[in-house]
Amino acid sequence: MNKNTQKKLWIGLAILIVLTPLGLLAEGTAFGEWGSEDLLKEVGYVPTGVEHGENLWHSLFPGYTVAGFEGSFLHSSIGYILSAVIGIALIYIVTIVLGKIIAKREEETRNENS
Amino acid sequence: MHIPDGYLGPITWGALWLVMIPIWIIASRKLKKDLKTKNVPLLAMGAAFSFVIMMFNVPVLGGSTGHAVGGTLIAIVLGPWAALVAVSVALIIQALFFGDGGITAIAANSFNIGFVLPFIGYYIYRLISANADITSTRHWIGAGIASYIAINVAAILTGIEFGIQPILYPAVDGKFQYFMYPLSVSVPAMAFEHLLVFGFVEAIVTLMVVRYLQQTDASLLRLTERTISQDKIPAGVSV
Repeated sequence: MNKNTQKKLWIGLAILIVLTPLGLLAEGTAFGEWGSEDLLKEVGYVPTGVEHGENLWHSLFPGYTVAGFEGSFLHSSIGYILSAVIGIALIYIVTIVLGKIIAKREEETRNENS
Repeated sequence: MHIPDGYLGPITWGALWLVMIPIWIIASRKLKKDLKTKNVPLLAMGAAFSFVIMMFNVPVLGGSTGHAVGGTLIAIVLGPWAALVAVSVALIIQALFFGDGGITAIAANSFNIGFVLPFIGYYIYRLISANADITSTRHWIGAGIASYIAINVAAILTGIEFGIQPILYPAVDGKFQYFMYPLSVSVPAMAFEHLLVFGFVEAIVTLMVVRYLQQTDASLLRLTERTISQDKIPAGVSV
């Protein structure tokens, strides 16, 4: 990948980050991802497994929200964009570290071939 | 398609951990052999792309939402094993930090979205684009068709995992412990919304990026070619 392409891909990612609040416009919950309130309404009870499951882990940014940025569309949009930035930063760093550990080291391969 | 905690019983999520752990180990070995250090930033960008594209929720009639994944796209550029790693990292961060997908279900989600999706997408793409010139329309059309089929297979698989819960864990006093709808509901529900909407979102995203790469830096569509032809002699197993 040349530097120019890399720059373009980063710009592409940045544009996507800014546009993420569009994803907030879709109302409703994905099939099979309902919370206990949805289930109480739809099914009439909350399965015990789901109830335990909901309390199993408390994420820092539940549903891509950031504490203090809730309520209005503007506020939640900022929270959503922040989540995108935080998520991308974490994923980028983890993948780079993981990649550096497992990727083929060019020097080693050259030695093997020689 | 991100299964939360508590929707699958321990038999299902446990079995999928047992399936995924060896698959992740194989992936790390494959990448040790095939992934070049200089392509690691591209892998990280692929993972980041998959994460951000999953934030674009799209509504469907009936109050449900869904999104694209980008797994086939990563597989087309970096190969299916790299895509598995990239999407798994995205899924793990989503589960740990954003509560999107369960902790117990990390393996289940990685199996459906990180393993099955990119592998199906990759091989259908290779089939359609085989021997085509790098400028050929077969590349981006193939990418569109492959990613459409792949996300649908993953969605139906998720529907099956949901739908077997009432069989594995029957209702007690009329109440189910885990996912509560039968296969006859979960599979059509997952299939229809992906066949009608999210599959097309995934296809459009994938073919647009492939078309863009074709026009700007076609070398990115050739990264896996060399490794594959090298592989052919020692191990047909890799296919």
